[in-house]
Amino acid sequence: MAEKIDNKSVFFNPFSANNPVVVQVLGICSVLAVTVKLEPALVMGMSVIAVLAFSNVIISLIRNTIPTNIRIIVQLVVVAGLVVIVDQLLQAYAYDVSKQLSVFIGLIITNCILMGRLEAFAMANRPWPSLLDGIGNGIGYALVLVIVGFFRELLGSGTLLGMQVVPQCFYDAGYVNNGLMILPPMALIVVACIIWIHRSRNKDLQEH
Amino acid sequence: MSLLKKYLDRARPHFQPGGRFQALQSVFDGVDTFLYTPRDTSRSGVHIHDALDSKRVMIIVVVALLPCLLFGMYNCGYQNYLGSGHAVFPFWELMAYGFLAILPKIVVTYLVGLGIEFVVAQWRHEEIQEGFLVTGILIPLICPIETPLWMMAVATAFSVIFVKEVFGGTGYNIFNVALVTRAFLFFSYPASMSGDRAFISASPICGLGGTVNFADGISGATPLGQVATHAGGPLEIHNIVGDPVSNWDAFLGLIPGSFGETSTLCIFIGAALLLLTGIASWKVMLSVFAGGLLTGVAVHLLQNSDYPASMLTPWQQIIYGGFAFAAVFMATDPVTAARTGAGKYIYGLLVGAIAVIIRTYNNGYPEGAMLAVLLMNAFAPLIDWCVVQTNINRRLNRVKAKP
Repeated sequence: MAEKIDNKSVFFNPFSANNPVVVQVLGICSVLAVTVKLEPALVMGMSVIAVLAFSNVIISLIRNTIPTNIRIIVQLVVVAGLVVIVDQLLQAYAYDVSKQLSVFIGLIITNCILMGRLEAFAMANRPWPSLLDGIGNGIGYALVLVIVGFFRELLGSGTLLGMQVVPQCFYDAGYVNNGLMILPPMALIVVACIIWIHRSRNKDLQEH
Repeated sequence: MSLLKKYLDRARPHFQPGGRFQALQSVFDGVDTFLYTPRDTSRSGVHIHDALDSKRVMIIVVVALLPCLLFGMYNCGYQNYLGSGHAVFPFWELMAYGFLAILPKIVVTYLVGLGIEFVVAQWRHEEIQEGFLVTGILIPLICPIETPLWMMAVATAFSVIFVKEVFGGTGYNIFNVALVTRAFLFFSYPASMSGDRAFISASPICGLGGTVNFADGISGATPLGQVATHAGGPLEIHNIVGDPVSNWDAFLGLIPGSFGETSTLCIFIGAALLLLTGIASWKVMLSVFAGGLLTGVAVHLLQNSDYPASMLTPWQQIIYGGFAFAAVFMATDPVTAARTGAGKYIYGLLVGAIAVIIRTYNNGYPEGAMLAVLLMNAFAPLIDWCVVQTNINRRLNRVKAKP
């Protein structure tokens, strides 16, 4: 990691040019699992932003005291502690959403994006850039989650954030919600479409 | 005909590079080569010429599908007349009713599918591929007659784009396009694709036919649908007005079901044409039936009232539902099937076996042929790879054995 880092690019790169989901293709499991509805997708995105930002800062603060051969364990302990806090907060203040997200909040621990950022960035950088990096990557992840959740809820249930969006006259005219959108295969296809559009707009990302 | 040829020849310069309509060159090429033998011939080297290019292959498959299509029209009319209480079944009225029922579906499928193919071909500056000729006729044949048109349009667009075009167009698809359309409909709109109403055209069309009143003790459930919901007692299949259905009726195809799949007889006529012309692989076709029959015997021997489909005889497994249609027209698709000789036997046997196993042991899916073919499509390259590797290893061993 270069000593001189540009804070702005650290924050904004993960939005598009180095997006953790559509460019690095990390964290796909949770994208499939929590995006049936928009609301859980939003909450999941915010949880990951919070966990990623705090764990990046904490690891960055203690990066010089962690012995190299047990660093993964230390990182896991930090992340696990934060995830438990987020889980408890959700259960306290947003119980319904927490029920919907069920095990997937706990599984943030195993989310590749977290370990990736801790290993690749926080272990080698000062706290302030690490915080920006954590928030940036969290937002990059949440953006994809929200886009996928938006289309899956709109086409699969005809609602957005639980409110009816497709008007009743559509249903009277014979429109039917697409059941496949609720099933995980469609999440993969929606992510694939996002990657398709993203790559065709960013020619330098195309592999040959 | 020569008038048309002259007209095309006169229009050609406009579509060449530099002409007025050069952007539409592939559309022109598509129309031209569809109607007439391509003008371009190879200029150097030795080539073996064969008139059987892929357009001719496709047309023969369409011709092989015609018996199913015609019988489907008759059966569609027959089921409606039966359900609406007609006492007489005039042949031409039934055919006309069925024709009017299926025509909009064929038109919509072709418009959507060919439209996407044309647009993609223009966009990529490629020739228009003719793969959709067969797919477009297969899709209406494997869908229930009451499927709404817009659903067929959405499903066709989905599968043409995501199964065919993103992988590079005709000949590169990993799954059978028509079956993915069917699977998309099945999983997206289960209420419109199964149950006892989807398979009977229930309203009069242009003054023909009558209204089928489902409240009057009429149930349009397919034989396999009835089997799946069977609760105890001896297994008896009924037609829509409650009379028992003989195996002979089912073989002829006078049962409710997706439009073209009901008549095993007509499917066999199509199969004979495909085999005589050498279009379809007899290895795949034969082994699908063998796999289905063998598994049918096995599940019949192990019959268990928890799984009502195990009470069907092996022959009934073949004549009910879409098994025969999938074996003849779906499994043999040369693009998605296994390509090696031994691989074709393995592929076919597994398609047949899995179809019957899904039917029997998963009551949620009364019909397993679609899922079996799609699953094996995914495994076909692996089967081929194993066959080729075994071959390579055998030959290497032969070389080693020779001092």
